[in-house]
Amino acid sequence: MLAYILRRILILIPTLLGVSIIVFLMLHVTPGDPAELLLGERATDEALAEIREHLGLNKPLYVQYGMFLKRLMKGDLGETIWTRQKVWVEVKQRFPATIELAVCALCIACFFGIILGIISATRQYSLFDYISMLGALAGVSMPIFWLGLVFMLIFSLNLGWLPLSGRLSIDVDLEIITNFYILDAIITRNWIALKDALWHIIMPAVTLSTIPMAIVARMTRSAMLEVLRQDYIKTAKAKGLSQFKVVFKHALRNALIPVVTTIGLQFGVTLGGAILTETIFAWPGVGKWMYDAVMQRDYMVIQGGTLFIATLFVLINLCVDVLYAIINPRISVN
Amino acid sequence: MAKKIMLLFIITTLVFTGAALAASPKMGGTLVFGRGGDSVGLDPAYETDGNSFLVCDNIYEALVFYADESTALEPGLAESWDISADGKTYTFHLRKGVQFHDGTPFNANAVVFSIGRMMKERNVKFLGKGWDIPDQERPPEYWVSMEMDDTVGSIEAVDEYTVVFNLKRVEAPFLANMGMDFADIISPTAFMKNPKEFLRNPVGTGPYKFVQWIKDDRIVLEKNKNYWDKQGGPYLDKVVFRSIPENSVRFLELKTGNIHICQFPNPADIDLARKDPNLKLPTQPGMNIGYLSFNHTKEPWKSNVNLRKAIAHAINRKAIVDNIYQGMGEVAKNPIPPTMWGYNTSIPGYTYDPELAKEYLAKAGFPEGKGLGEITLWSMPVPRPYNPEGQKIGVAMAADLKKIGITARIVSYDWGTYLKRQREQPEDMDLFQLGWTGDNGDPDNFLAVLFDGLASSSVRTQWHNEAYHTYMLKGKQTVDQAKRTKIYEDALQLIYDECPVIPVAHSTVIWPSQKKVMNFKLHPTGSVRMKNVWLDK
Repeated sequence: MLAYILRRILILIPTLLGVSIIVFLMLHVTPGDPAELLLGERATDEALAEIREHLGLNKPLYVQYGMFLKRLMKGDLGETIWTRQKVWVEVKQRFPATIELAVCALCIACFFGIILGIISATRQYSLFDYISMLGALAGVSMPIFWLGLVFMLIFSLNLGWLPLSGRLSIDVDLEIITNFYILDAIITRNWIALKDALWHIIMPAVTLSTIPMAIVARMTRSAMLEVLRQDYIKTAKAKGLSQFKVVFKHALRNALIPVVTTIGLQFGVTLGGAILTETIFAWPGVGKWMYDAVMQRDYMVIQGGTLFIATLFVLINLCVDVLYAIINPRISVN
Repeated sequence: MAKKIMLLFIITTLVFTGAALAASPKMGGTLVFGRGGDSVGLDPAYETDGNSFLVCDNIYEALVFYADESTALEPGLAESWDISADGKTYTFHLRKGVQFHDGTPFNANAVVFSIGRMMKERNVKFLGKGWDIPDQERPPEYWVSMEMDDTVGSIEAVDEYTVVFNLKRVEAPFLANMGMDFADIISPTAFMKNPKEFLRNPVGTGPYKFVQWIKDDRIVLEKNKNYWDKQGGPYLDKVVFRSIPENSVRFLELKTGNIHICQFPNPADIDLARKDPNLKLPTQPGMNIGYLSFNHTKEPWKSNVNLRKAIAHAINRKAIVDNIYQGMGEVAKNPIPPTMWGYNTSIPGYTYDPELAKEYLAKAGFPEGKGLGEITLWSMPVPRPYNPEGQKIGVAMAADLKKIGITARIVSYDWGTYLKRQREQPEDMDLFQLGWTGDNGDPDNFLAVLFDGLASSSVRTQWHNEAYHTYMLKGKQTVDQAKRTKIYEDALQLIYDECPVIPVAHSTVIWPSQKKVMNFKLHPTGSVRMKNVWLDK
């Protein structure tokens, strides 16, 4: 098991190298010039030349890539073009916000998705099944942007239950340690900040969870339906086991494998969806940061951020593979 | 009767006292300013974006200030200044008793340091030891693009409170430039502590000092209790700049009372704000121009003034302002805003008259557009303060041109490519949209920068006209403002006659705010000053 994990981590190196080359080439093939965007309408030939020289943009592509790689070997992702800050520092400031949001959204998606899927499967073609699957279809199809605004209008503007946007109210103080606000509030035993942070995360997390929730629900339903038709389920039922035991002990464990794969993949989808959710809810995370970087052609942010996300994605897939073995001992990780 | 008079007296007294009480500023409170994006950095010498400058406006101050709602110059950190007879030496007499937020004194050396660090060749002289200014991390973009290295020769601290700037050439807008954000004075001690991190730990002399920055979320400033100007503010305890990227969400935050001022709302929300009893609408004509110009490096545009006029009279600019600016703008007659000195009020502007346009087109040698072929109309891909929707405007213009027989194809690229290719004046560009937001309220900052193609190949409209170039040189080299006004009025007349550019519109800035936000004024330069703002509880 350990050897397998190590081997998978080693595979990360060529994977990331490939990602870095593709991203680098895509960036430089796409039109647009950070120096022009930095100066906008007031660009003069002299100012442009000075900035290009300073950023090394006038060097041949292979030299630029070589410089990037050299820094990367030293564990340095470089410095952003716009904010003149180490990319790593910017990642550290923003990633916790995104991870906090994505994890909350995935938890909501898994909890409700799996329960909905199980009930629908055990009561196939019932009214509940039709309604929940229609809901799932709506969940996949509804644009996050629109849904976020509708939630805001209902729960903030009309009912006044939840705050509109941001991570923490202006008048709430919190000592920031890890940048995970919920965690920081718990560590510092600041219950007012904890309540405020939880209140703030509900709406964006629910908005972000709709698509993965719908997909998880549908996947759980179809996987459960398949398992429930198996002979050993009939045997279990014939033995006189309770419906609860049949479903949760015998069927669910076997049905979970495709569901876990889906959840792993949904993490990536959630990070993608975070761009829109973060923009609407003014959530200071990595999605909005990367989007702005693409618009401003901040090459360093895009390269650094993509590498970081790719690493995270590979590691999550690894976790999913390891989870298979835990869920179903018949599968060997090797 | 006596009773009635007494009653009237009491009522009048009450009303007047009440009014006086309501008008007197109240101390305290936290004001939350909602804006579309975060600041990039807070070192004024190196920033280029509005979101950085509007925070800098409250932390730092410059030698000269712009007046409250105009770009008229007022004493700032310099109490007064003298200009030598030849216009090449500026002596600034500095204000005494001013302290930076870190407690260090503001003096001549601080001025030499703050401005001198932007110079390519550091021709500076401190009083006493001074500082060894570190190398620039990157070119100071504003300083470079304002060509300040060609203007400023040396800076010298003569005594504790006197600084002399020796210029290489006579440059009339120099004083106005010294009021711009890039010329803000910083604390040299704070900068030298960690030059690389100064942009995230700013220290100036302004009415508010920096406290905290949570990236993409908020910047918190607090009142500078030792502020030098004891008249007026700062009144607020704290000012928070919150980033809320989505326009409609920012407006909802204003409606729910979570923020006090909402920057750049959607035009559609302005009506809602007008109907809301808790909101008011601070408004300011923007110091900007959105224009349509020609590729002056190629024929027929280069030398056919009748053709240029045909286009000018064919476009219905009023319809564009009414429908695409949604009323948040006014049709432009001159390519400088009407609030600026030098504006030529006698110019009537190009009327919308398709028949007249057809006449000009025939005179130009292209009757009913015959022989011109399909032309390209470059339309901006992004909204800018002077042009809300370039591509829609492009479509409207193309439809207008069609009416006089000209077929125009809309061309657009991503913003960076658009700017880059436009500068190259390519063969496939006939007409292009662009615009400008003024920096310092000087007409030179519009007229020379935008239209004097003979001065530099960087000028976006490569219009080459000797007479115009002479006006621009004279304007720069004349210090007397009355004489300069005449020069620019004449230059504007020349632009109107020669039609190298079609001024489309000046946009109006409307930032709704809570009713209880008092004394908040929008500035033509787009700067946001919280010094005299207070909250009525």
